[in-house]
Amino acid sequence: MLDLSKIFGKKNRSKDTAKDRLKLVLVHDRANVSPEFLEKIKDEIMQVIAKYVDVSDGELDINITTAQSEDGKSSVPAITANIPIKSIKHKA
Amino acid sequence: MSEVIVITSGKGGVGKTTTTANIGVGLSKLGKKVVLIDTDIGLRNLDVVLGLENRIVFDLVDVVTGVCEHKKAAIKDKRYDGLFLIPAAQTKDKDAVTVEQMKELCDKLREEYDFILIDCPAGIEQGFKNAIAGADKALIVTTPEVSAVRDADRIVGLLEANGIEDHYALINRIRPDMVKRGDMLSVDDVIEVLNIDLIGIVPDDQEIIVSTNKGEPAVVNPKSLAGQGYRNITERLNGNNVPLMDLDDKSFFGFFKKLFGKKQ
Repeated sequence: MLDLSKIFGKKNRSKDTAKDRLKLVLVHDRANVSPEFLEKIKDEIMQVIAKYVDVSDGELDINITTAQSEDGKSSVPAITANIPIKSIKHKA
Repeated sequence: MSEVIVITSGKGGVGKTTTTANIGVGLSKLGKKVVLIDTDIGLRNLDVVLGLENRIVFDLVDVVTGVCEHKKAAIKDKRYDGLFLIPAAQTKDKDAVTVEQMKELCDKLREEYDFILIDCPAGIEQGFKNAIAGADKALIVTTPEVSAVRDADRIVGLLEANGIEDHYALINRIRPDMVKRGDMLSVDDVIEVLNIDLIGIVPDDQEIIVSTNKGEPAVVNPKSLAGQGYRNITERLNGNNVPLMDLDDKSFFGFFKKLFGKKQ
């Protein structure tokens, strides 16, 4: 017998929602970072980058997300920074 | 060699006390000398779950403050040979016990017992710190729900920060029917998220409420599914490698039983 609920029901499984929500919440719990802490990282990264390239402060986007661990078995917290470059300074 | 095991969870109401009682009785049934310590000061419950509430004279605070010897405070369970309980104080404050006092007590109890099981209060405050102070191993009780798993993860972090690397998840109140239709996190899901080892699983079982009503832990009831889960966990704690309960199999047979039952 064809089990229709298995074909159509898969997307609505509430456990998938639970798992996704849990994973996200645990990344933040485990990282245990305050907004001030992130702001501090952001400032210091900017100071270093500004030595070599022109970037505008407002466009820097820094976040805590998940990434696969090296063995690929679990997810670990990762800091991702998206920094659009205006121009590169060609002085050594 | 004796072992101090703390049963903890972070979240309340997931089955720490029931688990402590069942594992304690289970280990005593395997011929071990076991003492259970209720560290939930002000909210003691392990005594009623075990059916020993009428036999309390001294409590944990009396022991750590030197009012009496631990041997005097430990209630001997007359039904299960080798099982003892040191109850929590009901009228005192959580701060009545310190981390140092708990460490000292655990070391003294090691001379007397094979297993020292510590029932930890909910939360991560002083009561939690006291409960884990003298422990070699931790069992983190959780249920397949987001709130319980999240709290379990916090506990894992705190245990590791306190140097307790030997810790395991115990997944309680699994409902195979809900897991099957995708409405409950499976054992694999929980373990994947928590990323820690598993000591065992306990299916949801009405028999637990009946056994708590009577003060007789389900682990001694051969018909109880939860009791079977606890018996397996007890064996593993005693060093025997027993396979996980096959929950699918049970519900599969249950399905056919129902089918044939209807025809007759």
